[in-house]
Amino acid sequence: MPDYTLRVNGAQRTVRTDADTPLLYVLRNDFELNGPKYGCGMAQCGACTVHIDGRAARSCVTPVSSLAGKAVTTLEGIGTPDKPHPLQKAFLDEQAAQCGYCTNGMIMAAKALLDSKPNPAVADIKNALNGNLCRCGSHNRIVRAVQRAAGVKA
Amino acid sequence: MQTTLNTNRRQFLKRTGVIVSTFTLAGPAAVVPQTVAPLPGGLNANRMLDGWVRINSNNTVTVFTGKCEIGQGILTALTQIAADELDVTYERVEIISADTARTPNEGMTVGSFSVEQSGAALRFACAEARAMLLAAASKKLNVAMEKLSVNDGTISASPARMTYWDIAKEVNFKREATATFKPKPAAQHKIIGKPVPRRDFPAKVSGGAAFVQDLRLPGMVFGRVVRPPSYRATLQSVDEAAVKALPGVITVARDGNFLAVAAEREEQAIKAAQALRASARWTEAPDLPPSGGAFFDHMRKMPARDMVIKATSPATASGGKVTSVEAEYTRPYQSHGSIGPSCAVAQMKDGKLQVWTHSQGVFPLRAELSRALRMKPADIVCTHAEGSGCYGHNGADDVAFDAALVARSLNGRPVKLQWMREDEFAWEPYGSAMLLKMHALLDESKQIVSWQHEIWSHSHNMRPTSNPDGIAFLGSWHLTDPARRPTPVNGPQPNGAADRNAVPLYDFPRQNVLLHFITDMPVRVSALRGLGAYANVFALESFMDEIALAAGEDPVAFRLKHMKNPRARAVIEMAAEKAGWKPNAKNYGAAPNIGRGIAFAQYKNLACYCAVVADVTVDRNGMAKVTRAVAAVDAGLIINPDGVINQIEGGIIQSASWTLKEQVKFDRQRITTRSWADYPIFTFNDVPQVEVHLINRPDERPLGAGEGSQGPTVAAIANAIANATGKRPRDLPFTPEKIRALIV
Repeated sequence: MPDYTLRVNGAQRTVRTDADTPLLYVLRNDFELNGPKYGCGMAQCGACTVHIDGRAARSCVTPVSSLAGKAVTTLEGIGTPDKPHPLQKAFLDEQAAQCGYCTNGMIMAAKALLDSKPNPAVADIKNALNGNLCRCGSHNRIVRAVQRAAGVKA
Repeated sequence: MQTTLNTNRRQFLKRTGVIVSTFTLAGPAAVVPQTVAPLPGGLNANRMLDGWVRINSNNTVTVFTGKCEIGQGILTALTQIAADELDVTYERVEIISADTARTPNEGMTVGSFSVEQSGAALRFACAEARAMLLAAASKKLNVAMEKLSVNDGTISASPARMTYWDIAKEVNFKREATATFKPKPAAQHKIIGKPVPRRDFPAKVSGGAAFVQDLRLPGMVFGRVVRPPSYRATLQSVDEAAVKALPGVITVARDGNFLAVAAEREEQAIKAAQALRASARWTEAPDLPPSGGAFFDHMRKMPARDMVIKATSPATASGGKVTSVEAEYTRPYQSHGSIGPSCAVAQMKDGKLQVWTHSQGVFPLRAELSRALRMKPADIVCTHAEGSGCYGHNGADDVAFDAALVARSLNGRPVKLQWMREDEFAWEPYGSAMLLKMHALLDESKQIVSWQHEIWSHSHNMRPTSNPDGIAFLGSWHLTDPARRPTPVNGPQPNGAADRNAVPLYDFPRQNVLLHFITDMPVRVSALRGLGAYANVFALESFMDEIALAAGEDPVAFRLKHMKNPRARAVIEMAAEKAGWKPNAKNYGAAPNIGRGIAFAQYKNLACYCAVVADVTVDRNGMAKVTRAVAAVDAGLIINPDGVINQIEGGIIQSASWTLKEQVKFDRQRITTRSWADYPIFTFNDVPQVEVHLINRPDERPLGAGEGSQGPTVAAIANAIANATGKRPRDLPFTPEKIRALIV
């Protein structure tokens, strides 16, 4: 098995695995990051969303070998418990979850939206998150959290 | 549970119970002698006070509950209750939940019972603990009890003062609770009634360890299962040797039709499972029932046990002229659709089994594991760790058994086994398909004088311990020596199961409810949020609307005319008012067609009262969209208003998704629902605006609200579509094809 060196949340990390290993398992198991979640393994639900060079990507279908020279950012990389990202704070302020399993994907997809469109309309938010599934029915709270975060300077 | 953002692994392990503490746990309910006075809620079966509350030496308090967090916010609400009764701040209270080694046995976390049962236990236990602490302080300070006051654990009788933590050593909670100390009246609540933020959210927004999927143990390996292609397929051959030779593979488990693998790395386990699946040869038969509309003709003919749920005197006309009305409604098999497939971590070491699980019942799970694995319950510990929202009996218990089976061949190494998406969709037990036949008689004053509700349904509870004549685990049926499947049992009234909410709360003088309880299960079924209530309320409240319209009466006025219960009336009136209900409004005829409908239920006729008004648009292709939903809810004393709103709002959105989109698909041989592409659910662009209005009743006991909006929502949407189009939808889900067929 070859070694792959990745830039994750600003740090160089190395992993020895097969070329086709999905990034998701490397992040969760080798780097012990909890943010990205396994939901479907088929890029259908968005629970595993991370950023690759600033763009939202589904880590469950991203081979580790495709990431040379690219920057991977996870939920842990956008803010810390002491210095939360405005989206993380807004999700708490709006209590925008029930079980919280989809929350990682919602925040990461929303961050990609706000990075490119800081003042989105409600329709923009819904469209940006439409590929992220939530089963508990927290959608309206999530939209409000994104709106709230958009009103805050990152 | 953690209250700060910083959740590291050690804390996670502590929270989920690797560190076992040593205080008394009462035995199961069965050993409580019949002569003992009953105690409130979960206290009755778990009578030792120190099983519920402990004063720690570090100025904190720990409380214990047998109920678990499944995304409904129960641990936050229970902590509020404990803090208020003890007179300590919320932050001082740690809560330990659902662990066979550490907490009371409160059975399953189901039926919207948790605030009612565990909340009642904690209210009384904490009130008693506080009184005992005060009594000790009174003696020590030589001040009469009634002169003492408590503020955040500090007991004062000016100028003397001492804290709970000073006096705790002199108070022995190691005795049975008496429940003779009355919990506080609502006027004294400081934390109950406040929208306290969820204690589990900080970790969830920041990548803290929050779920069983996030548990990592030293030496842990990864497991996967390979299920048969269909329910009753049998394995002919499989190339175990080739799979064993794959990189990282530690074990290939084969026992009859049960196949699983474990590997050093997760992606290796997945590849090994794929290889195993590819090499397996199975024999299958086309033994599934027909699907679609033909299914219900089939269902009606399936062998069933008939149960009279309610019977009043026969429906005879009392002189005057009566009008007879009939209708049938159907609901397909529907999936829990948990976003995270089921997962468990298991470790078998020195003859002891430890399982971390998102099961809704760690004690029932332990009992079932004990029988399935032929181990003593004392040698098994089941500890709850959160999973993704389950909304009932999904794969949680099955995967715990799978993980335990695989753990047996790992020489003490722990295994994390998560189902793949396809495993969850194809193998979890669905909410039962149901057929409802309604009949009513209306007199000349347009009053309903007779009501009949007939149900065809499978079981709604095939959980562990549902019937000790069998084993509830999927994997156990696939072994060489297969376990017997439990014989289905219908939960009795007043809660009911298949018949849940089939008995009308309306004042109909004659009510007859008959259940044809189908004991065959060609498609696997069990508990889905609300059990039979979703379909029964759909039928009951659609039928009310049909009769109101046939009688030329306004749906809201017609309901109120038949309802004396003041709390039911209050939510119906409030939902109508807040939604801007217009009596007798007929919105149909416009393009796109716009409609509004109302529906009501008191969940189980015992828990929260909920009325929902839904607004829909229906386009010419039959595409129905819910644009707005307004709910009014009475859940008695509200512990956490935002928690209740979150549950009702989420329930409305989930129920609307079931209603417009969802059905499990199968052909004559296989379940064909395997991924989200086969089972679309609501996405952001489908979700309506939702408003929830609460009626707080501080002097009433709290009523469960977690499943309260599932039933009213489906019927409100059906009634709104009928209002919009003039055509009545009776077969769920209301897909564009079905609605188009109605309106063209």
